[in-house]
Amino acid sequence: MTKVTMTVNGKAVSGDVEGRTLLSSFLREDQGLTGTHVGCDTSQCGACVVHVDGAAVKACTMLAAEADGAEVNTIEGQANADGSLNVIQQAFQDHHGLQCGFCTPGMVMSAAALLKDNPKPSEQEVRDYLEGNICRCTGYHNIVKAIMAASGQDVPAMAAE
Amino acid sequence: MPKDTGIGASTVRREDVRFLTGTGEYTDDIVLAKQTYAVFARSTVAHGTIKSIDTSAAEAMPGVLAVFTGEDFVEVGGNPAGWLINSRDGEPMKEPKRPVLAHGKVRHVGDAYAAVIAETIEQARDAVEAIEADIDELPAVVDMNDALSGSNFVHDEIETNQCFDWGWIEDNREATDNAIKNAHHVTTLELVNNRLVPNAMEPRASIGSYKASTGEYTLHTTSQNPHLTRLLISAFVLGIPENMLTVIAPDVGGGFGSKIYHYGEEALVLAAAKKLGRPVKWTADRTESFLTDAHGRDHVTKIELALDAEGNFLAFRTDTKANVGAYLSNFSTATPTFLHGTLMAGNYTVPLVYVNVKAVFTNTAPVDAYRGAGRPEATYSLERVIDKAARELGMDPIELRRKNFIKPDQYPYASAAGLEYDAGNYDALMDKMEEVADVAGFEARRQASEAKGLLRGFGVNAYIEACGIAPSNLVGVLGSRVGLYDAATVRVNATGNLSVMVGAHSHGQGHETAFPQVVAEMLGIDPAVIDIVHGDTSKIPFGMGTYGSRSLAVCGSAVVRATEKIINKAKKIAGHMLEASEHDITLSDGVFSVDGTDKSVTFGEVALKAYIPHEYPLEDIEPGLEETAFYDPANFTYPSGAYACEVEVDPDTGKVRVDRMTAVDDFGNVINPMIVTGQVHGGLAQGIGQALVENTSYDENGQLLSASYMDYTMPRADDMPMFAVDHSQGTLCTHNPLGVKGCGEAGAIGSPPTVVNAVIDALQSGGRNVTHIDMPVTPARVWDAMQNAK
Repeated sequence: MTKVTMTVNGKAVSGDVEGRTLLSSFLREDQGLTGTHVGCDTSQCGACVVHVDGAAVKACTMLAAEADGAEVNTIEGQANADGSLNVIQQAFQDHHGLQCGFCTPGMVMSAAALLKDNPKPSEQEVRDYLEGNICRCTGYHNIVKAIMAASGQDVPAMAAE
Repeated sequence: MPKDTGIGASTVRREDVRFLTGTGEYTDDIVLAKQTYAVFARSTVAHGTIKSIDTSAAEAMPGVLAVFTGEDFVEVGGNPAGWLINSRDGEPMKEPKRPVLAHGKVRHVGDAYAAVIAETIEQARDAVEAIEADIDELPAVVDMNDALSGSNFVHDEIETNQCFDWGWIEDNREATDNAIKNAHHVTTLELVNNRLVPNAMEPRASIGSYKASTGEYTLHTTSQNPHLTRLLISAFVLGIPENMLTVIAPDVGGGFGSKIYHYGEEALVLAAAKKLGRPVKWTADRTESFLTDAHGRDHVTKIELALDAEGNFLAFRTDTKANVGAYLSNFSTATPTFLHGTLMAGNYTVPLVYVNVKAVFTNTAPVDAYRGAGRPEATYSLERVIDKAARELGMDPIELRRKNFIKPDQYPYASAAGLEYDAGNYDALMDKMEEVADVAGFEARRQASEAKGLLRGFGVNAYIEACGIAPSNLVGVLGSRVGLYDAATVRVNATGNLSVMVGAHSHGQGHETAFPQVVAEMLGIDPAVIDIVHGDTSKIPFGMGTYGSRSLAVCGSAVVRATEKIINKAKKIAGHMLEASEHDITLSDGVFSVDGTDKSVTFGEVALKAYIPHEYPLEDIEPGLEETAFYDPANFTYPSGAYACEVEVDPDTGKVRVDRMTAVDDFGNVINPMIVTGQVHGGLAQGIGQALVENTSYDENGQLLSASYMDYTMPRADDMPMFAVDHSQGTLCTHNPLGVKGCGEAGAIGSPPTVVNAVIDALQSGGRNVTHIDMPVTPARVWDAMQNAK
């Protein structure tokens, strides 16, 4: 067992992990942060996306030991300080960008990473960026809308529906 | 204009807040005290005889608490088929036992033959590797023709691989044959409805727990219908008294059919929990999901359409082989028969329909209902052969459909496939589709595509489906072994807020938002004071759950009936409070008033009086304000639609891109347009996925080649266009109180033939006489078809 220490959602945490413990397991099982979901075993679905030192990372693809000393942010840390939904979360609710909710944490975390790098993405840029996040419920239409709305772009003008 | 909160309002979903903040509670998120972990040993061969299983090394591994094999479940029951189908000769279908763990033989890759319970999941995984299973591999039965002609049986005891040979409607067989023999024109099409994996993003998971002091079991599980799961486990599999088993389906991350069914893992964790006296948790990994979730579709079909010289449809004749896999999943026998054959008249006034379905056992994962369940297969066959007929006859595909549509003045309409359609207007849907899809502008878009070196095609489709499953009396006659009502309890609390307990389960459909809109509208109160409770058999009335686009049409109707009972009783209480007859009381905007006076009491005051019944006529009215209703529909509901698709095909690579997708649906009354539109979007993506990218591929040895997201292509954001969705042309369902029809499956039913029709149109426009390509229409298949048609 190895002791790891990291900052998760602004709070210092530590724990003893095996060498094989994934960051997703450490967050879910040791820290009880079950908002980070595991939907596949092959780094394909993106339900487990978190931010490690500001970069979007699939937490099922990183060892907990590799995140030692890092600053990790998860879906549980995304709301505003007063508990209200942040801009991206609110846009997902306003535009019905989620149904069963299982892929949603990864979608929100990926969206946040996208908008940090590209504050006004085109529809195609949003779709391309989400290539690593699978949603089975929404057909992506409303997720794309939500992300563009969160970026301050005029969404209703985009397409008939 | 839709109102802000009631019926017709696009109210944003209250459940979103927990999902967006990571505070949803899915089964794998739940941690019970002293929880242990189960991992299954699964067959790596498709077919084999179990000679011996040595678990001694596994039992000696660190942390291992118990090891189970099929031997441990020989004395308990099997997982049953929920629907009896009789063959054409009157013989009942073959129903081989489906055990909790394989015993004697393994019958598909992934078939579980043992399970290890350990302190940690890692220890359980390590110990499974130490199980010594001596399994003699047998030749695998994979191809359905081989299965029917050979003597290599998936289930030796039934001495055949044919589950049943079903005819519908058998009395029409000869007349249909004659109509086809004598017709002016017959169009024939052979096609494959490709096998799909539902792929809910949350893998299946179950936690069994047991309280020795009372004998009570609890199962947390990923289910679309917790009461049905409890019934199956209690009545057929483990024999646990129903009142000693609580089944809880908490937040569930999508289902699409795959979480309707009871699976052996649920029985195992319950049995193990009793043996160990500790909770036992199992969570599938994604490959386990691919190997063991019930798959969908997998039909091989020949369809013939007979027409007269004017293009009138005279008969449809369908010959289908339906793969049911290695075992009968709970509704696997209903899906290719009564959910498929009865829809084979489509939207049309065709006088004769005959469908023959042979269900076939193979050494593959069980196949059952997946989003649409039989109706996508029916629609695909019909709408592809109609398109082919239009091309053969030189007719416009829209006009040929219109010519044969049932007209609005013909309802109720008895279809040639045995259903009575209650309402619809298919021409209005087609008109709207032509407007929304801008059919008039297609030629200009085609020229623009051609200028880029791309072929553009236009595809159209009309569909009807049977939803709101189902009238129990009718399905009982047809072989269903369950009733298909649903139930709701409306509990008004003393302080005036409400809990509504519903039998339907929400795993993405937004019931927690939409059902309160209905109740709030009826009572004239704020939906924010209404809370929906679902998914826990200890809290909700006995309902049959969510599938077949039934939640609103069936459970929503139960909610209406229970709310009506509340209103009736509340009027009595209000009448007493206001010293007036209940018949003179009117409820409006949450206030009960005496007609023609200014006397009134609020809904909240009546609620308080019901629970603090001072000065209360106990001889006439019981205290309390809580009512339950069970609702069993009189008929199916019949959503219908007209869809259009435009694709661009790259003639150099065969790559197909969906450029425009239009869905115009008649769902009847719409409670929350935002949610309904979202349901259509999701269905469209699954249908486009089936048409273009998704395929479940077994090799000749029964190995699943597409058992991960590296190998099975899921539709991604960059595969999809923005969708155009319209539901302005609704005709009301005539037999349920809300006039609703159901919207969950429509997109997946209507889109696959639309996309394929568009691809064929594109290739034809490029001068290639390609008449059919099987789904998924991959670049390789398109390119091959183009080369062969040169």
